[in-house]
Amino acid sequence: MRLLTHNMLSSNIKGVVNGFPLRIEAEKVVEKTVEMNGDFLKKMFEKVDWKAFVDASRAMGYNELPEEADPSMLDSDEFLNNFHHALLELHLEEGALVCPETGRRFPVTKGIPNMLLHEDEV
Amino acid sequence: MIQNLGRKNGSGSLNQSAEKMKLKQLEGLLGGLQQFPQPKVELEQYPTGPHIASRMLFTAENSFGDVSDKVVADFGCGCGTLGVAAALLSAAHVLSIDIDPESLEIASVNAEELELDMDFIQSNVLDLGWRGPIVDTVIMNPPFGTRKKGADLDFLSVALKVASEAVYSLHKTSTRDHVKRTALRDFNASSAEVICELRFDVPKMYKFHKKKEVDIAVDLWRFVPASHPSSST
Repeated sequence: MRLLTHNMLSSNIKGVVNGFPLRIEAEKVVEKTVEMNGDFLKKMFEKVDWKAFVDASRAMGYNELPEEADPSMLDSDEFLNNFHHALLELHLEEGALVCPETGRRFPVTKGIPNMLLHEDEV
Repeated sequence: MIQNLGRKNGSGSLNQSAEKMKLKQLEGLLGGLQQFPQPKVELEQYPTGPHIASRMLFTAENSFGDVSDKVVADFGCGCGTLGVAAALLSAAHVLSIDIDPESLEIASVNAEELELDMDFIQSNVLDLGWRGPIVDTVIMNPPFGTRKKGADLDFLSVALKVASEAVYSLHKTSTRDHVKRTALRDFNASSAEVICELRFDVPKMYKFHKKKEVDIAVDLWRFVPASHPSSST
């Protein structure tokens, strides 16, 4: 699971008011190289929740993203490369996503988060 | 802890080829995908054939520009055919969702065989929580609702909330008027158009199928969600 996916998911357990962002517990992270697409990154920069994204990247063991970011940084190749790497090349392979309100763990196995809710959570 | 699984990019790569993929080529690649070994009737698991899947995504890309460089989500992906087709047509990110772990296992193998990076989530499409308008396009071959009434429209309702640009979906031709009315009136779609009518070959997979092969007429729809800026077109 890429961090782009993480950035658009939230916990949807019954009664939870703000299920975003899910906290990441990383047991295994893999990197897969993909070609960079600058226009796509610029579009995503406007849509990504930056704080959640930075926290998620750190939970994955990647510390190259600045705490705060503004659009002028997109002119820097170094920033763009790091943004690309964290958004699209880091994959959570084994671990869990944890609901920020209830602490319920959604396990991630072979890169696939299991977000199935129990009957009493729907 | 971090492993590098570098992908071949450039010469041998399928999804990044400079030349646009041809329909026949796309159909051929989809024809090689693994399908359900033991379909589950309660989930209405009918494979999306390569003929339909290739035409659906080819049209989305070449007539509407809704696939390449986009974030695409496949709702109820089964063995992954539609999402694979989107990835082959250079979607920037593909997220495929299914409730059934065995389907997801096959789907991820299918993606790997073609060296495509795709994300998968195990979830009931109707229960998943979303943040922000990140998904551009939703593609789906929903359960037609023959076993659970209205299942296809439940999927459509969620798709029109999640997608910011377009939803491509298949529905039985016999329900055309109902689908259109529901999409526009109840789900706030700003447009709902049938792109073409297709024949869906359902081979005899389940015991309750009496004939060897059932041919169902289905419509390929393109819906535009409400908030889209160019929704009036």
